[in-house]
Amino acid sequence: MAKMHVKMTVNGTQVEALAEPRTLLIHFLREELGITGPHIGCETSHCGACTVDVDGRSVKSCTMFVGQANGASVTTVEGLVNPDGSLGVLQEMFREHHGLQCGFCTPGMITRAHRLLQENPNPSEEEVRFGMSGNLCRCTGYQNIVKAIMAAAAVLRGEKEAAE
Amino acid sequence: MNEITPTPAERAEKLKGLGSSRKRVEDVRFTQGKGNYVDDIKLPGMLFGDFVRSPYAHARVVSIDAEAAKQVPGVVAVLTAADLAPLGLHWMPTLAGDKQMVLADGKVLFQGQEVAFVVATDRYAAADAVELVEVDYEELPVVTDPFKALEPDAPVLREDIADQKEGAHGARRHHNHIFTWEQGDREATEKVLAEADVVAEEMIYYHRTHPCPLETCGCVASMDKVNGKLTVWGTFQAPHAVRTVASLISGIAEHNIRIISPDIGGGFGNKVGVYPGYICSIVASIVTGKPVKWVEDRMENLMATAFARDYWMQGKIAATKDGRITGLWCHVTADHGGFDACADPTKFPAGFFNICTGSYDIPVAWLAVDGVYTNKAPGGVAYRCSFRVTEAAYLIERMIEVLAIKLGIDAAELRRKNFIRKDQFPYRSALGWEYDSGDYHTAWDKALAAVGYEDLRAEQADRVESFRRGETRKLMGVGLTFFTEIVGAGPVKNCDILGLGMFDSCEIRIHPTGSAIARLGTISQGQGHATTFAQILASEIGIPADNITIEEGDTDTAPYGLGTYGSRSTPVAGAATAMAGRKIRAKAQMIAAYLLEVHDDDVEWDVDRFVVKGAPERFKAMAEIAFAAYNQAIPGIEPGLEAVSYYDPPNMTYPFGAYVCVVDVDVDTGQVDIRRFYALDDCGTRINPMIIEGQVHGGLTEALAIAMGQEIAYDELGNVKTGTLMDFFVPTAWETPHYETDWTTTPSPHHPIGAKGVGESPNVGGVPCFSNAVNDAFRAFGHVHAHMPHDHWRVWKIAHDLGLHG
Repeated sequence: MAKMHVKMTVNGTQVEALAEPRTLLIHFLREELGITGPHIGCETSHCGACTVDVDGRSVKSCTMFVGQANGASVTTVEGLVNPDGSLGVLQEMFREHHGLQCGFCTPGMITRAHRLLQENPNPSEEEVRFGMSGNLCRCTGYQNIVKAIMAAAAVLRGEKEAAE
Repeated sequence: MNEITPTPAERAEKLKGLGSSRKRVEDVRFTQGKGNYVDDIKLPGMLFGDFVRSPYAHARVVSIDAEAAKQVPGVVAVLTAADLAPLGLHWMPTLAGDKQMVLADGKVLFQGQEVAFVVATDRYAAADAVELVEVDYEELPVVTDPFKALEPDAPVLREDIADQKEGAHGARRHHNHIFTWEQGDREATEKVLAEADVVAEEMIYYHRTHPCPLETCGCVASMDKVNGKLTVWGTFQAPHAVRTVASLISGIAEHNIRIISPDIGGGFGNKVGVYPGYICSIVASIVTGKPVKWVEDRMENLMATAFARDYWMQGKIAATKDGRITGLWCHVTADHGGFDACADPTKFPAGFFNICTGSYDIPVAWLAVDGVYTNKAPGGVAYRCSFRVTEAAYLIERMIEVLAIKLGIDAAELRRKNFIRKDQFPYRSALGWEYDSGDYHTAWDKALAAVGYEDLRAEQADRVESFRRGETRKLMGVGLTFFTEIVGAGPVKNCDILGLGMFDSCEIRIHPTGSAIARLGTISQGQGHATTFAQILASEIGIPADNITIEEGDTDTAPYGLGTYGSRSTPVAGAATAMAGRKIRAKAQMIAAYLLEVHDDDVEWDVDRFVVKGAPERFKAMAEIAFAAYNQAIPGIEPGLEAVSYYDPPNMTYPFGAYVCVVDVDVDTGQVDIRRFYALDDCGTRINPMIIEGQVHGGLTEALAIAMGQEIAYDELGNVKTGTLMDFFVPTAWETPHYETDWTTTPSPHHPIGAKGVGESPNVGGVPCFSNAVNDAFRAFGHVHAHMPHDHWRVWKIAHDLGLHG
């Protein structure tokens, strides 16, 4: 199958590659670029494990062709680490509040939560639960995920110090 | 005293040992996307495998034409049963002593069954080729109902064993019958039933569902033809068992097989089974000389890899007029699908279902389970529970409610009246188990007080009155459950899988500078073993948990063990960890005594050091002892500081809990709102309260899913109706309620640190609790029992059948 030339910014770095037009963004990220944070949990856009940020919107990368992301700026969970390599606020709060167990949904969860807090920096618990409802977790029962996101929101608003 | 000397309590706190809500060491990797799951593995030249699957539930395979598929650029091979047969690998043994087709051998027995395996250079080419494999099927009559499967003229499903009168678990009485498993005293139980004041009877169906971990099953098989070694990375909950079984069926010597379970994205029992994808990947790697990856998609996962439950349970419970239970009778028709691939210890074809007398002192009981073949997927794994324990807990906790209605006694009081008393432990149940420890009355009273039980019942009665007056369309239900689990399989004398004894292991090496590595035979799938096993060890050997690495999952390095499922890691491998730690300490004591120039008996252990008795200022801390162990010539003592323990538990452990759920049910829409859920768990000694709480939240949410909508449903042609996450219910953050957690602590008397295991308790107790709440909402209108799942339509139907829609 003829390949197309794609160009995008991923986690701040310009990338260029040849890819079949039907290649899904998730496969391009994972197999072409070796960015394995986003995971594949269902391939039907229900589970959200593959969630990435594309030009400021949460996108399930299992249902976007790589061509649709041509020229876009893509952020994955790997891009949410602080420049000095330490955990970003959401990552730290997920750890602090036991917001993960097997870790498989976590990259999608954190990437989605990152966008949610951009959209609504001061959400209620109900707004967090609704805003995260496109991402499934089989381990945690969500209670500590919600707690972690609420705590991260407070830190990002400057109301609370990040622990340690 | 020197002011700056830390107190023993301060030193203990620094260790982050037992009881510490230590943050998880795994999370630094996981939160930044640096986990290493099987689909993250990429090897040079790696090929991808993908299955052609049957669209029919029962059909003869007339022919397979793979020529067009082989023409797809990138396709390397297309394997069928004919290719596997010369190797003897077209069938494989199941964990239950049956055998299962790896690839369709003449016929298919369930929708989604593996028919051919396409191997290609990338997953897109493999998927293209799968579409081009032409299979000619001849449809056969389908049986999806286990009762119909046992009718005399039912179609023969397993032609390969149609004439066999003996199966792996005794006599077979019909061509679709697998086994009958009988426990207890039938005659005595039926006598009690015949003479009882009251007998409550109900057919209780625990529907078929699926563990559905977020990561599906998969593997990467790599045969290195130069050194003859086979390495398989895979989603295996029991890597050593996989190695032994792989060796036995492939003929490759066990030392030439290395099984690695990398990070696993949730298991819940789904990853205990051995699946055709593993075998096909290994064969494809041997044939092509290249690594082969196979990762199923979600539809394949739900359709073809191990389901859970599917038990039709006929229960009869006898009692005196004043509510004293006198006997329990139960017959189960167990739908095992097309092959018997249940994951149970060999001697227990229905798992530990004989824990179905629950938390109650029932003098006599009888149980029989009939396993049946149908045209459904094989499996029968313990989905977040010990072997068939959720089914047992669901049966008894529903039967108690049914009995309470019949007797006109409050269900909380009926439970209290029949609990095994604290002074009866260790308690021998009528169906043969020896419960290790419990204090049910204390836990129950604490739970009922916490939720204000009397007030809830008063409010519920008021609500019924308001409903009758037409002031509200919502009813209120109060769900109660008191469950007893049986976990930690198990004593090797009666628990094995395919002959492999169910002990577990831990091997510890202390490094010269006083840090350590411990390796175990288990494998974490999210439970946080790297965090909690280090805590057990920290308390045993006085090295801070932060200085202890825990490693699991690589059969070349880890000691042999039977893996992680059935809440067995803490009861078995946790015990091995403590015992190995004690061996380290025993040697350290001799070294410390030598260094302190006193007799061995003159030093004693004090948190993280050996001190001279009566002179605590004279001590040797573990780091100093470790250095000496390696670097000082000590007469009569070998250099080094290592230990290994293989632990065969003397008994199972019996965690228990008291749960209360309050729901509001909309009579017109069938919607159920969970207003409150209170969960008290007693898992013995608590290792990490933060992780325990997380396990409880997660288990309750899986229980919520099962009770309220999650099922693998089939139509009469054997089509799977719930094959994607659109139809198969997995709750989101939006549907999931807030949980209140609580605990009591009744240590296990036989476990070295008194721990019992907790990961599965919330599912075992949660399912009946949610279900009891929904059923209870309609109790005032004469309703007794409705089958799960309680989705909106089915709840609406209860209301409708009761005439509540006018």
